[in-house]
This record gives sequence, C-alpha cells and structure tokens, in this order.
Amino acid sequence: MSETSIRERTGGSGSGSPGSGGRGSSGPDHAPIGARQMGFWHDLFAVGHRAVILLPRDMAAIIPALIVPIFFYAVTIGALQDVAAFANIGLEYKAFQLPLALVMTVTGISRAHALVLDVQGGYFDRLLLTPVNRWSLLLGMFVADTIVLLFLSLPVLALGLGLGVRFATGAAGIITFVAIITVWGLAYTGFPYAIALRTGNPTAVNNSFLLFFPLVFLTPAWMPRDALTGWLAAIATWNPVTYIIEGLRTLVIGWDGVALGKTLAAVGGIGAVSQYLAFSALKRRTTP
Amino acid sequence: MGGTTDGAGVLRRGLDIVPTVMSSQRSPEVDRPNGDASIVARGLTRHFGEVRAVDGVDLEVAPGEVYGFLGPNGAGKTTITRMLCTLLRPSAGGATVGGFDIVREAGQVRLAIGVTLQEGALDDKLTGRELLRLQGRFYGLTRGEVERRISEVSPILDVAAIDRRIGTYSGGMKRRLDVAASLIHNPRILFLDEPTTGLDPVSRAAVWEQVARLRSEFGMTIFLTTQYLEEADALADRVGIIDEGLLRAEGHPEELKRRIGTDVIVVRLAEGIGGAEGIGGVEGVGGAEGVGGAEGVGSDGEVGRSGDGGGGQGTVARAVAVLEGLPGASGVEAHGHEVTVATEDGAATISPVAVALSGADLPVMDIALRRPTLDDVFLDLTGRHIVVDEDAGGGGEDATGRGES
Repeated sequence: MSETSIRERTGGSGSGSPGSGGRGSSGPDHAPIGARQMGFWHDLFAVGHRAVILLPRDMAAIIPALIVPIFFYAVTIGALQDVAAFANIGLEYKAFQLPLALVMTVTGISRAHALVLDVQGGYFDRLLLTPVNRWSLLLGMFVADTIVLLFLSLPVLALGLGLGVRFATGAAGIITFVAIITVWGLAYTGFPYAIALRTGNPTAVNNSFLLFFPLVFLTPAWMPRDALTGWLAAIATWNPVTYIIEGLRTLVIGWDGVALGKTLAAVGGIGAVSQYLAFSALKRRTTP
Repeated sequence: MGGTTDGAGVLRRGLDIVPTVMSSQRSPEVDRPNGDASIVARGLTRHFGEVRAVDGVDLEVAPGEVYGFLGPNGAGKTTITRMLCTLLRPSAGGATVGGFDIVREAGQVRLAIGVTLQEGALDDKLTGRELLRLQGRFYGLTRGEVERRISEVSPILDVAAIDRRIGTYSGGMKRRLDVAASLIHNPRILFLDEPTTGLDPVSRAAVWEQVARLRSEFGMTIFLTTQYLEEADALADRVGIIDEGLLRAEGHPEELKRRIGTDVIVVRLAEGIGGAEGIGGVEGVGGAEGVGGAEGVGSDGEVGRSGDGGGGQGTVARAVAVLEGLPGASGVEAHGHEVTVATEDGAATISPVAVALSGADLPVMDIALRRPTLDDVFLDLTGRHIVVDEDAGGGGEDATGRGES
C-alpha cells in the first residue's frame, strides 16, 4: 500500500480543527491527524464495507427479487412438467427449469439503484472529494453484489433440491453451479451500473430490466434448443445466455467440458461488454 | 466551545455570541494574500456549452482567512467551488489550493481540503457515527484516529442523535453533520458551499458559530459561498462579490461598503401618475421641518409617504437629475423605482433630499436613511438586488449532470 500523507508534504502544518490538539501538540494522543492516500485494497474494502452494512437496510429492494423467480419456477413446473414429459427433454422438468430460475434470479441484480441514489443525492461527490481509488468505487459495490447474489440464489437452489433435483456431478457440481450463477450475476451488473453512472437517473436504472427479457427469454428457456423452430431458434442460437443455461443444465446430468467452456465464454463475453460500459461510465463520471 | 447539543443552547449562544465573536475575534491583521496563499486562482474560467458560468476569476485567499463569496443563485459560486475542489476541470485558467495545482495535483488537493457541498451529500440510511467512521476510513485514518476525531468534532454535532439514522435528522442537524464530516480528516482548508441555505435561524446561528470558532481558534482557511448578505458580513474577513461568472469586487466588507458612502438615502418613487397629491403626502408628515431633524428620521426611519402618486422612468430620471446637484450627495443612482443617494452625512442630507423632491413635484412613496449594506454594494456593481433563493440547496443540473449554481 502506498501511503502519502499531506502532512508529510506540507511539513505537518495541520490547522487543527476542533480539538485536534492544535499546532505543535505532541505525544501519541495528540499527534496531528491528517489524510493519507491508502491504496486500492484499503479503499476497496472501505467502499465494500459501506455497501455491505447498507444491505440489511435495503431489504425492501432485495426480497422481491427472490419472490418473483420462485413464483415463476413453481408455476412453470406445476403447469408444464406433465406436458414436458412427452417431449423427451432428457431431464426431469424441475431440473430442466432450475438453471432458468437461477438465471432469472440473479440477472440484473446489483446495487446500481443504491449507486444512482448516491449520484443523485450528492454522496458520490463526497466520495470523489476523498482520495479513494476511483476503481474501488465500483468494485466495492461488487462485494455487496456478491453477497446479495448468494443470498438470492441459494434459496432457489435449495427449493430445487428440496423438490428432488439431484446433481449427477455431486457437491462439486453444485458449487460450480453456484459459482457460475454468481459470476454471471456479477458480469451482468455492468449494464445497470453503466446506466446509473451515465444518467444519474433512478428511473432509467429501474427500466434497465427491459434488456433482461430478450436476453433471458429468447433462449431454450422452456424447451431444448433443438425443439425450437423458426426465428426463435435462430435468435436462441446467437443469444449467449442460451449457452449459460445449457451449461448449467449439463451440471445436473454430468460433467461436460465443452458445454461449460461455452458457458464461461458466454459469461466472459457479456461480462466484458457490460463491465466495459460500466467502467467507461465510471471514468467519465469521475473525470472532472 | 462547549457542547452545543440542545437547540435552545444553540439559539442562545448562537444569537448572542456570533455577532460579537465575529467582530471582536476577526483579526484585522490577517495575512494579506501572497505567494504562500492557501488558494490562488488566475483567470479561472468554466464554460458549459455556450454558457460562460465562470469568466476569468482571479482571487487569492490567505492562510487562516475566511473568504466569503457572495452572489445570487446562478452567479457561479458553486462552479468555482467545484473547480477549486477538483470536482470540475477549468475550461481555462488555473488555480492552486494548499499549494497544489487543482488539475495536475488533484489528489494532493483532496488530501488538504474539507468540503461541505451545497446539496448536503449524506447517506440517509447510515447513522451519523457510521458516516463519520466511513469518512475517516476514506481519508486513510486508523480506527483510533477516527474515534479520536469523532470525539473532537462532536461539539458540532447533536451527540444524542449520532447513533440515529441520518434520515431522521432535521435540516440543521444534517448540515452540522455535513460540516463535521468535512472536518474528520483535520483539513487545512475548508470549503463551505452555501452552508446555511434553507436552514432555520437557529441552525444558521449554530453553523455561524462553528465557522467563527474554526477560524478564530484553529486558524483554518475557510472559503465560504453564500447568497446571504448578513452571513458574508458577519463571517468573512474578505468578501468577493460575484455575478454572472465575473468577480465584480473584492475586499473587507467595510471597505466595500465605504465605496458607497457612509450613509445611503433610499427614495422610492410612487408608480402611476404623479402630481401634487403625492408630494402632499410627504408634506403631510410634517413638511421640511418635520424630516429635517436627526431625531425625526433615525438610521432607517421612514420619513415621508405618499398615498398615491406617479412614477415611471421619466419621473425617476427627473428625480436623479434633481438630486445629483444636491450638496452632500456624493452619488445618485436609479434602480427601477428607487433612487439611492450616497452621502457622508445622511442625517444632514435627508431633509434637503425631501425638500428637493417636493419642490420638483415628484411623487415619493417613502424615503429611508440607513447604513450601506453589501446589498447596496451589489446593487451598485450590478444594478440589481441579491434575491435569495431558499430552494437553491440542491443546486441545478448543468449539461454535465453536475450541480451548478
């Protein structure tokens, strides 16, 4: 960590605001206190710490994100599992649908709405006035995002397991499943963060879910890809989320390196685009 | 300062102490700006598209000085503050703060300054203590240093509320927390952007008290923007008057007022069609004798009033012409339906002013004698009064999406 103290550069001429011990005070209890530049990891932890302590105070924004996919999962299985039994999809429908339920759960989940309120309310300017590393302003949010993504995805996964979904890949497969879902959730956060930083407008951030629908539903969401026809089959083939869902499905059946490779490529590709947009927006927002 | 934790205490101490502390503890021997100035700006300019928000401002603020930047909403105060604080890059010109260039050494500037922004940049979901702790960590303070600083800035705060969520605070409590947060890292230079806009008188007095204390006890350099005349007058060692992005004048408040004269007589001419009836109203108060005596007018006494009468720009021009030649009138200016007469001896001049207007058959609404204020200075410089915008706390949004006023 590089530590640069303004007092060192300026000869320690602290003006001494209230009770600081004033100028010339000595001793460990009265040593002049001054600002220091601490470096990336310190700043990342500090920004992340704030984002995390705010999570329990923002449950009203988090809980609905859990209810909707559970509802969809339950309704879809209840409505279609008998029909799906005729389609020979190679999996029980509850296992077939579990990856979609998880993708629905985590896609678009981020602290972007908290960030946009910081921008709108001026707190983001307060952060910019500090010596905090600029990249950590966004990366610190990912710390809280990771916690939220796990908080949301684990109950849905537990529901699937509770309904009888079994992973042929065992515990390692489940861990890989959760890891991919979490990384996918983080990769996608770049879109809402980019909108938050570009616009500073909470409504625009809330409307970013519009991107979610074509990405998630123009996929083999309800039927295998080879059962799709026409324009939907064509779009699903080009939609990267298709390969995320398919890769996750393979973890239920058994290890498939090719499918998982495509999954990671899809996550990486979308993540690269979304995070490029987010960090470009951050750079623009933080450049005077 | 002892703990000011209750509103009544703040009121008593604020209203009682502030004016005297400000006047008695303000050091006339404050270092004049020089090569070691805390803040130096040269040709500082900022455009937003076609709009020239700040236009070539030069200023210097000496160490330990309270510099008041006075101007109406939209004058360019916040734009200058944001440039000096590194939040906005100048379009032209430059500045140093704490000896560091605001563009090339922005990181060092940030370490040297504390800033209280106009919009009150707080997080309502945090408690006051959490906000201060986080602020300390962002500035690289150790846990022990943060706790020590919280203890040291606590007199500014409502200590009883420090563990409550900020969203439950009143406007005044939030403002004081904002100031405390800007002090947590013990900065040498403090920027206060309209720190009392929208606050009630009690909270305003409390903030004034803190500014006075920071200046008098700790020698902090303070750059204060305000649209309140009395605030600039009470707090600032020197005042810069800004309007439409231009620094119109700069100096000690008393020096600036002396530009106008020792006294100011303000004549308000009646609107509409004038005539003898209007003047009759003035005479009805007691005629020339009645208004001529010093005891009859007082420092701000109204000495004549007409019930109805005439006005218009022709009338104002005539009034100016009549009064310009009057003995004792050192300057006569028209502003709308008002005519101001600067004079060294208001008590002696007000009677001849009334008589002259009466003799010229000019319809007078009222005449008042008072000491010059910074508003008179602003009026003299810009031809307009400062209109306070109490809702300006949030600032506007400029083309860059950043606050602007």
